Amino acid sequence: MSTTRPRVRRIPLNAAAVVTVVVCLFPVYWMVATAFTPSRDIQSDNPRFLPRSWTLDHFRTAVGADGFGLFWRNSILVTLSAVVLALVIALGAAYAVARMRWKGRRQFVLMVFIAQMAPWESLIIPVYIISRDTDMLDRLPTLTLVYFMMTLPFTLIVLRGFIDTIPPELEESAQVDGCTRPGAFRHIAFPLLAPGLMATSLFGYITAWNEFTYANFLIIKQQDNRTLPVWLSSFQNVFGTDWGATMAASTLFAAPALVVFLALQRHVTSGFAAGAVKG
Amino acid sequence: MSAVREQTAPHPPPSTSRPRRTTGPGRRGPSKDGGRGIWPYVLIAPAVLGTLYLLVYPLIRAVVISLQDFGLRQLILGDARFVGLKNYETLLGDSRFWEVVRRTFLFMAVNVVLIMVLSTLVALMIERLGRFGRIAVLSALVLTWAMPVIAATTVFQWLFHSEFGIVNAVLTDLGFESFDRYPWFAHGPAAFAILVALIVWQSVPFAAITLYSALTTVPTELYESARLDGASGPRIFRSITLPIVRPIFMLVLSLEVIWTFKAFVQIWVMTNGGPGDATTILPVYAVQTALSSQRYDLGSAASMVTVVLMSGVLVLYFRQMFRQEDELS
Repeated sequence: MSTTRPRVRRIPLNAAAVVTVVVCLFPVYWMVATAFTPSRDIQSDNPRFLPRSWTLDHFRTAVGADGFGLFWRNSILVTLSAVVLALVIALGAAYAVARMRWKGRRQFVLMVFIAQMAPWESLIIPVYIISRDTDMLDRLPTLTLVYFMMTLPFTLIVLRGFIDTIPPELEESAQVDGCTRPGAFRHIAFPLLAPGLMATSLFGYITAWNEFTYANFLIIKQQDNRTLPVWLSSFQNVFGTDWGATMAASTLFAAPALVVFLALQRHVTSGFAAGAVKG
Repeated sequence: MSAVREQTAPHPPPSTSRPRRTTGPGRRGPSKDGGRGIWPYVLIAPAVLGTLYLLVYPLIRAVVISLQDFGLRQLILGDARFVGLKNYETLLGDSRFWEVVRRTFLFMAVNVVLIMVLSTLVALMIERLGRFGRIAVLSALVLTWAMPVIAATTVFQWLFHSEFGIVNAVLTDLGFESFDRYPWFAHGPAAFAILVALIVWQSVPFAAITLYSALTTVPTELYESARLDGASGPRIFRSITLPIVRPIFMLVLSLEVIWTFKAFVQIWVMTNGGPGDATTILPVYAVQTALSSQRYDLGSAASMVTVVLMSGVLVLYFRQMFRQEDELS
């Protein structure tokens, strides 16, 4: 299509592409650039697009901030346990949906689809009250449970899509050779599923890693149980007007998600979950 | 997958390929011993139980609380009385609530229109780019998409900082002297505009990439034969591209409408609904009423209104999705 066009016609198109890239990347770039810029340059009246000199001071401030290590630990702990829980439970259910026929299967799939659209922003009040009644406020397991439920439907749908792409005949022939049904799944299907499991769990991990609302309203008195997003949102209490340190903290917090996404880019852009929305 | 959103939570993009066989020979059926007996139910039990306790039960509790007289005293003593629809009457009779509803719809409309227009343009642009440009734009989109909501919100606060922010500096350099130390977050419309910019910036990547992958499903033979038949560019777009892309477009549109409600986090962190009420939309209003003013009943009622509004969009979404399924199978 494009090869037949004269060069002149492509100038606006390429200009638009450049603008798109700049608009997308500038905020990300500015975060990183500010994090490396010395304070005196940050607080000047005419900021420069390219920092004159570089410094690691802001990262030292961020890492040395009160409770920094603790909040990282909390975030990693809650995220990992929620994702592992969701994976294990979703794997069993996805297998049942993909490989077995049973009464209520369609209804179950529909339930999962609806659950994926759960209005979490509107459920914070009852969840707060239930947590309070069951003495679960201020505790990390509460967050784990909520995040588990947030990521479960998506995980289930995607895994089911992955299992669907593996021909059942493989497992059947293994069973003929004397494997049990779970054994056939473990030895034949599971190795094929591993990449899918990885990709799915990474999306779940990003969801849980970034979650703010529940972490903010369910952890109130026990400040030691806060997670990174909440800590970062209160940076003004932590760093005051030290924007360099704030941007350094943001950079550190964003880095895992950015790396994961870039690593998975092929999956993402090729309609990674092509099989995900199939009923 | 978060933009919103999320952008937050990544959602699987609506499928654009691989029609699944659901009937006829080759159907992925049960294995000889599968599907009978208790096993499937054992396998789904944890998922069902989890959903019941962590999703259905809170939803029911929210409905119940919205029908009770439930304030701080009831929270501590647990002696809430049912008062029927009184909370809803209070809400609907409150002019501030209607302000918030109006603002929610305005906020949603502005965001969704901008997101859809920009994503469509970006998707069409990616399709026409060469290999290198395509990779560059897609990488930039993915990186934006990956930016955590809280980090992005913090960065936007910094970009629009009144004294040291780069935006004011650039605008002042361009000759708009009035932007010297302009306090963006102190003016309602300005704060509103920044939030829209933030949400659009976060949401376009998902929508653009999804629409682009829908565009790539249009077979090139169709284009070629249309050109051989002498069809003009706009005509080709209208008769070939549009019908194929329309279902995906509708899916993305309804998803974006739903995700606008998820803008709660950005608003809460950036402006807390202020200045005044300028950026208070329904979810923010509900949480403020319940958790800041301790009127859990009114907050729950406002949440229920939000859920009802969202469900309307959701029904459209599912109808669209199943219609697409039927076409494919």
